[in-house]
Amino acid sequence: MNNLLGRLNFDALPDDPVTIGGGIMMSLTGLLVIGFLIYTKRWKWLWNEWLTSLDPKKIGIMYIIVALLMLLRGGTDAMMIRLQQATASGGDGIFTTDLFQQVFSAHGTIMIFFVAMGLMFGLINLVLPLQIGARDVAFPFLNSVSFWLFAAGMVLMNISLVIGEFSAAGWLAYPPLSGLEYSPGVGVDYWIWSLQIAGVGSLLSGINFLVTILKMRAPGMTLMKLPMFCWSVMGSMILVIFAFPILTATLGMLSLDRLMGMHFFTSDFGGNPMMYINLIWAWGHPEVYILILPAFGIFSEVVATFSRKRLFGYTSMVWAIGAITFLSFIVWLHHFFTMGAGANVNAFFGIMTMIIAVPTGVKVFNWLFTMYRGRIHYATPMLWFLGFVTTFTIGGATGVLMSVPAIDFQVHNSLFLVAHFHNMIIGGVVFGFFAGLTYWFPKVFGFKLNEALGKVAFFCWLFGFLLAFMPLYALGILGATRRLDSYDPSMGWQGLFIVAAIGVGVIMIGLAAQILQLAYSIYKRRENMDTTGDPWNGRTLEWSTKSPAPFYNFAVIPEVNERDAFWEMKQTKQDLRAKHYQDIYLPKNTGAGIIIAGFAFMAGFALIWHIWWLAFAGLLGIIASLIIRTKNDDSEYKVPAATIKELEAKT
Amino acid sequence: MKNIEKIIMVVIFCFWLFGLILILSQGSEVSILDPKGQVAAKEKNLLIFASGLSLIIILPVFALIFGIAWRYREGNDKAKYKPDWDHSRLLESIWWGVPFALIVILSIVTYKSSHELDPFKPLEAETKPLTIQVIAMDWKWLFIYPEQNIATVNYVKFPAGTPVNFQLTGDGAMNSFWIPQLGGQIYAMAGMSTQINLLADEPGDFRGSSANISGRGFSDMTFIASAGSNSDFEAWVGAVKKSQKNLSENEYKKLAEPTVDHPPTYYSSVQEGLYKEVILSFLLPS
Amino acid sequence: MSQAMDDKTQLGFWIYLMTDIVLFATLFATYIILHHNTFGGPGGSELFSLPFVLLETMILLTSSFTAGLGLLAGYQGRKQAVLTWFAVTFALGAAFLGLEIYEFAHLVHAGHSWTASAFLSAFFTLVGTHGLHITAGLIWMATIMWQVFKNGLIPPVKRRLTMLSLFWHFLDIVWIFIFTIVYLIGGEIHG
Repeated sequence: MNNLLGRLNFDALPDDPVTIGGGIMMSLTGLLVIGFLIYTKRWKWLWNEWLTSLDPKKIGIMYIIVALLMLLRGGTDAMMIRLQQATASGGDGIFTTDLFQQVFSAHGTIMIFFVAMGLMFGLINLVLPLQIGARDVAFPFLNSVSFWLFAAGMVLMNISLVIGEFSAAGWLAYPPLSGLEYSPGVGVDYWIWSLQIAGVGSLLSGINFLVTILKMRAPGMTLMKLPMFCWSVMGSMILVIFAFPILTATLGMLSLDRLMGMHFFTSDFGGNPMMYINLIWAWGHPEVYILILPAFGIFSEVVATFSRKRLFGYTSMVWAIGAITFLSFIVWLHHFFTMGAGANVNAFFGIMTMIIAVPTGVKVFNWLFTMYRGRIHYATPMLWFLGFVTTFTIGGATGVLMSVPAIDFQVHNSLFLVAHFHNMIIGGVVFGFFAGLTYWFPKVFGFKLNEALGKVAFFCWLFGFLLAFMPLYALGILGATRRLDSYDPSMGWQGLFIVAAIGVGVIMIGLAAQILQLAYSIYKRRENMDTTGDPWNGRTLEWSTKSPAPFYNFAVIPEVNERDAFWEMKQTKQDLRAKHYQDIYLPKNTGAGIIIAGFAFMAGFALIWHIWWLAFAGLLGIIASLIIRTKNDDSEYKVPAATIKELEAKT
Repeated sequence: MKNIEKIIMVVIFCFWLFGLILILSQGSEVSILDPKGQVAAKEKNLLIFASGLSLIIILPVFALIFGIAWRYREGNDKAKYKPDWDHSRLLESIWWGVPFALIVILSIVTYKSSHELDPFKPLEAETKPLTIQVIAMDWKWLFIYPEQNIATVNYVKFPAGTPVNFQLTGDGAMNSFWIPQLGGQIYAMAGMSTQINLLADEPGDFRGSSANISGRGFSDMTFIASAGSNSDFEAWVGAVKKSQKNLSENEYKKLAEPTVDHPPTYYSSVQEGLYKEVILSFLLPS
Repeated sequence: MSQAMDDKTQLGFWIYLMTDIVLFATLFATYIILHHNTFGGPGGSELFSLPFVLLETMILLTSSFTAGLGLLAGYQGRKQAVLTWFAVTFALGAAFLGLEIYEFAHLVHAGHSWTASAFLSAFFTLVGTHGLHITAGLIWMATIMWQVFKNGLIPPVKRRLTMLSLFWHFLDIVWIFIFTIVYLIGGEIHG
């Protein structure tokens, strides 16, 4: 029996109250959802309408639901980190060292992989096909597989709360600390396999969306007429394609070290831990730009729409995206100037890093001059933009400081660094995705989000962000390193840590306001209905179809002559109603995506716990599902022209 | 326009916050803005210079964003509205060009400072440098003085005004050696030897720590770096020499057991070549 | 409609191959960095037998050729020829895989397993990853041969046949790199 279950036994259940609490919370939520489904007999509906759906809009919504749930967990982790450090002056703080180290490792992992990536792919799924005037993505089935792999990774990562433990080696798990010698438990394995599974999903999405942009644009939409969001997604997906295989290989090697006793990254037997740090950042640095580029794209759309003006410097913007995409691959070493690579190497990577500030700065100025001589309407997405420019500029400047190796020696691994990257990721990525969610919400659901609560949320996030992270800059200057579970009272750091904890509290209030906003907006949806399909006076094609966008996106594929295609159609008063409908072919639903991901989850769980037969069964299951799926040549169904005419006539 | 007022409030709040932070950061003795060594002093100047340079971009951006956001708000009919004006070669050249020029300046500074402040580079001084070998262990710092044939744990002393050549390796997970008031950090890794050259301008006790997570006891991997006068240092070496303990191979093995918050310890003698042996133990089959 | 589908799928497949190139490039880089780190054990020149590897290489190259002939037959609509050529390709691929497994078993048996040194870890992983790709290719080939047998050379099957051949040639090219970098140059440096 013992052998059958590998190293899994009853010791794997949590024993400290905090983890037990978290586990119970998660299990209860799960049971509640399941109970609700049984009670309302919605299983069939859930399976048919959602879990097996290949409609990118539905997949996008599922991505965003998962990401927002994970934002709650990652946020709770953040609160725990701040509480620990605010109370740990001279004592042990309120959590044990071991729990604290798991919490900050989980916080980083969740926020990057399951929140930021989830929101990004969610938004891309929702918007990209609509913006390019397409009915679907290039490979709808692959899209479903991607999402479910992402979800499987998420579940695997969260199961570590209840069964076993999570990694305590930081969000990038540097060896030798993450090696078998110093982390013999299952924590690092949970980290590896949840990322590996989710990462493969991201890689497949990267291929899918790149092909979608390249091959599925509406007639007349040349690349230089592509909406800026699509350009930024293209840059981001190119980065995914080149960066994620490196992650796959690197995680693969780390797991071979741990599972099979190999010596890629061990200190002895000729292994080379420095190589891991190089490889993980060769993925990790592009990853930052994978996230920020789509956020830039969202802001480009938001600024132009709410300034009622064409985006300034389109060509510059495209070049800037290109330059950022390229440069982001030759700067990874700036994450470890302190490894002693030598002055010339450090100087080269430092200078390359600074150069990225140029195209980024160009984008900022272009946005500012999009507003210049515009007519700016301050809806919530525009506030997120203003918050972004102010905070991101500060973060950019501290980034340039740290790109000078000799300065980096003093602030590396300190809270200054932590403040810097939160400055970029909250101020840039998170604000950007929130702007996008508010902006495109009516297109997906047919009604707008409540503006007043949205503004409350925005100001909580902005104030909270400043309160939480400005003190960290100061703490870094004062010599406080990151990830400390305790420190000496004579350092005089506690006051600043308390301010920072209050800041995270304010952010949590902002998060609560957003949940409230969602609930209230659904409750009052009749007052905020978008009956026109164009609630913001938009410029791009997604606003030309009705809201919520029908499952076939466009009754008739639009023809494009101009950059802001829909704006142009409105200016020239084109009659957008179709005169003639054709049959539409759409992909049939399939459960293969969720089944494949289920097997992947099974294999991942088995590998973590060394249950070899189950791992083998999972792998076999994946192969069998794929073979069965490839035999299916009848994967589309027809929506007759008459049906579409009827549906279109309804509104 | 109400929102703009809110944003102005945010700006005021920012200044207030900076003020608060300044007040709260008073009285701390480890600030990198309070350097006590020439390396840290140069790094501080560099930080201030680069911050100043970045203000050349930040200030205009802030001025522009608030100015434009206010002037071109919806409802201000006095402001011009040109919905189709979407490019200007001149303007775009300015914001490709000016930041680029600033980056060129900063690049030159970067290149020069990377060489000047390369941690491996010996410092120029009239006195002969002191060599100290450092081993980052689970979870404490071992300092070996090869010339004096003594060793200490979590406490390191050297004369002020004398360049110190720290050679670093690890016996465990990766750590980063950092004495903020003397200069920036460098990684200490098993099976490898890195270096950092530091010099204390004046006597004093400075806090050192590990800046990179290395496991359970990492937060307590702090040590005191104490700079004294030459005679102080000599006297201290004499005192260490009187310690009962000596760092034999066996004693080292005992020390290598993981401990948290290890008290400062003195060893009156050290097994010869211990530092090299620790490195080699990772490189060759035992 | 079908033409557009073909275009998308082919572009997608090319991009997929590119990601695989990045994956292999990472493993190659790792191998190049680690190939001196034998931890006192034997290096490449003492472990590898060039004539043996040359045999493997010839088999794989031939299989690439027969796959090409199979695809050609596919374009001409000759179902029987497709099946024959791919059966030959499959046999050659399986033979290659068998030889690789033999080589691995031989090394492990002689005490040179992946746990012995970083060099051997990198070697087994790089060559083994290629072997896994070959295995996946063989499974895929069997499935498609079954489809050809059952459904005949209908357009979707032809499309898959094209991609399979592309994949097979790609693995051939990767092997040429492995042969050059691991066996030829690797052997030289240590020799």
